[in-house]
Amino acid sequence: MAHPDMMAGPGARPPSARRGARLGRQLRGVAGVLLSLALTLLGLLLVTFIIGRVMPIDPVLKVVGERATQAQYDAARLAMGLDQPLWRQFLTYAGQVLHGDFGRSISTGHAVTEDLRRVFPATVELATLGTLIGVCAGVPLGVIAAARRGRWIDQIARVVALIGYSMPIFWLGLMGLLLFYGILGWIGGPGRQGIIYDGMVPEVTGMILIDSLLSGDWGAFRDTFSHIILPASLLGYFSLAYISRMTRSFMLEQLSAEYITTARVKGLSERRVIWGHAFRNILVPLVTVIALSFASLLEGSVLTEIVFSWPGLGQYITKALLAGDMNAVLGGTVLIGTCFVVLNIASDILYRLLDPRAA
Amino acid sequence: MNPTTRTWLLSDAPQTRRQARLGALYQGWLTFRANKLAMLGLVILLALLGIAAFAPWLAPQNPLAQDLAGRLKPPSAAHWLGTDALGRDILSRLIYGSRVTLFIVGTVALIAPVIGLFIGTVAGFAGGWVDQVLMRITDIFLAFPKLILALAFVAALGPGIGNAVLALAITSWPPYARLARAETLSIRNADYIAAARLQGAGRLRLLIGHIWPLCISSLIVRVALDMAGIILSAAGLGFLGLGAQPPMPEWGAMISDGRTYILDFWWVAAMPGMAIFIVSLAFNLLGDGLRDVLDPKGAKE
Repeated sequence: MAHPDMMAGPGARPPSARRGARLGRQLRGVAGVLLSLALTLLGLLLVTFIIGRVMPIDPVLKVVGERATQAQYDAARLAMGLDQPLWRQFLTYAGQVLHGDFGRSISTGHAVTEDLRRVFPATVELATLGTLIGVCAGVPLGVIAAARRGRWIDQIARVVALIGYSMPIFWLGLMGLLLFYGILGWIGGPGRQGIIYDGMVPEVTGMILIDSLLSGDWGAFRDTFSHIILPASLLGYFSLAYISRMTRSFMLEQLSAEYITTARVKGLSERRVIWGHAFRNILVPLVTVIALSFASLLEGSVLTEIVFSWPGLGQYITKALLAGDMNAVLGGTVLIGTCFVVLNIASDILYRLLDPRAA
Repeated sequence: MNPTTRTWLLSDAPQTRRQARLGALYQGWLTFRANKLAMLGLVILLALLGIAAFAPWLAPQNPLAQDLAGRLKPPSAAHWLGTDALGRDILSRLIYGSRVTLFIVGTVALIAPVIGLFIGTVAGFAGGWVDQVLMRITDIFLAFPKLILALAFVAALGPGIGNAVLALAITSWPPYARLARAETLSIRNADYIAAARLQGAGRLRLLIGHIWPLCISSLIVRVALDMAGIILSAAGLGFLGLGAQPPMPEWGAMISDGRTYILDFWWVAAMPGMAIFIVSLAFNLLGDGLRDVLDPKGAKE
C-alpha cells in the first residue's frame, strides 16, 4: 500500500502534519516494541520459574530443617503453596513479582527485593565505570583504526581487540591483583572499600564513589577509587574490544560513502572530514552498541565480582546458587534479564527516534 | 604438489563434479593459507589435538598423583610448570586438561548449531504462526544473560561436566537459529526450490536436502568464531566450581584452586590461565581466517 505522503508529493500537506504522521508511525512502532517487551519478560519469568522448580534441592527442607516432623514439614509445604499445581504456583509467583516481591532469601534471611536493592548499586557502579573506560578508549581507537586502515595503528587496534576477546577475564583479574596489589601495592585489594572506611560514607545512591563525593569525604573517595579502578579497567578492556571493532566497521562504511569524497574534494581538512562528517553519522548506531556493551558488562561482572570479592549482584547470585537459595537466584536472574531486555529495547527505541530511516 | 594436479585443481572449466568440488576446496585453502595469523591458529589447534590424543605419552607424570611433600613447588627441571597445593604436576594436569576442554567445546559446538539449524530453518520455511512462536522463544533465550542462564541450569541439574555441556548448549543456540532463519528466508523463494518442489519433493526433503546445505557454511563460520566464547564460558563455570568436578584436571577449576595461593604461589593459577588464553586466541584466529574463506561477503566489510 502506498503511503499518503508519497502520493500527495511534497508541499501538498503542511510540514507539521507530515511530521505528525511520522511521529504516529514511530509511536506505533514503539508500541509494538513494548508489547514484545512484555511478552519477553513473561517468558523470562517462566523460564526462571521452571529452572527453580527442577532444582533437586527441597525448598521445604531448607526452611524447616532436617529434624522436622512430618506434620511440621507438611504444614510448611502447605504454607509455601507447594501443594498447588505448577501453573497456579507460577501465577502466584508472577503476581508477587509484579508487586516487587521475590520472596525471602533463605541464606540471608532478608526479603530478596531488599537484598537486591543493597547489592545492585555496587554492580551498576562497576559496570558504569567499566563502560565509561571502554567508550573513552574504544571509540577513538576505532575511529583512528578506520581512518588509518591497514597501517600499523589499525593492526595494533586489531590485536588489542583480539586479545580482549580471547582473555579469560577472571584470570586477568587475578593476575592484575597479583601485580598491582600484591607486588606493586598501587591499588586497594579485593572488596569495595578499605576496612577503616567501611560503612563510614552515608548512603544516598548506594554507589560509593558518588556518595563519598556528595558527603565531601575525599579520603573515602580516594580509597574507593583505588579499589574500583582495577576491576573497572578490566571490564573496560572487555568492552573496549567490542566497541572499538564496531566503531571501526561503522566508520569504514561511512568513509566509503560519496558525501565523504565530496567533503574531501571541497578541500576540508581530514580531521573535519573524519570527526565532523563521518563520525557524526555513526553516533546513532554507536549508542546501540554502547547500550549492549553496558548490558553485557552487567552480566560479565559475575566472574569479576567473584575474583575481587565485590559485594554486587553477580556475587549475590553465585553465592545463592551454591547455597541452593532459589528465591534469591530467581530474583537476581530476573533483575539482570530485565535490565538486559530493557536496555536492548531502549536502544532500539532510541534508534527509531533518532534515525528517521528506521521508522 | 606436482604442477599437473595444481592446474587440474585450478581449472576454470572443471570436467566433473568432483573436480569442481575439489577445486573449490583448494581455492579456499589457498585463501586460508595466505592468512598467516589464521595459519598460526590452525597450527596451535592441531598441536592441541595432538596433545590431547597423546596425553598419556606426553605427560611427564600422573595428573592425579599427589605428593604432599612436594606441594606448591615453583617451576623447576623436575616440574616444568611447578606443582599445585596437592603436589600434583601442573604441566601433566594441563596436558590432560586439554582433553576436558576439547570435549566440552566439541560437544557444545556439535549440539548448539544443530538445535539452532533445526529451529531456524523450520521457522523460516514454515512461516506463519510456527515462525512467530519459534522466534518468540528464541528471543526469550536471547534475552537471558548467557552465563547467568548457564549458571542457573547447572545449579538446577547439579554440577558436573555433562550438565555444564548441556547448559552451555542450551544457552548458545539462539544466535544460530536467528542466522539459519535469515538464510532460509533468503532462499525459500529461490527458483531451484520451486523446481525441486515441482519435481515432487516433500517439505522434509526440501528442508533437509535443499535448505540445510546452504545454511551450513555460514553456521560453520559462526561456530568457529563462537568457539573461543564457549571455552571462556566453560572455564568460567569450572572456575565457579560448577563444571568438571575434582580431581578432574579442568583448566578453569585449576585457576580457582590457585586463587587462594595467588600472592605467594602465582604459578598455580597463572599456568592454566595462559593455556585457556592461548587456545581461545587460536580459535579466534582460525575463525577470522575461515570467515575470509567461507563468507567472502562478510569479510570485505
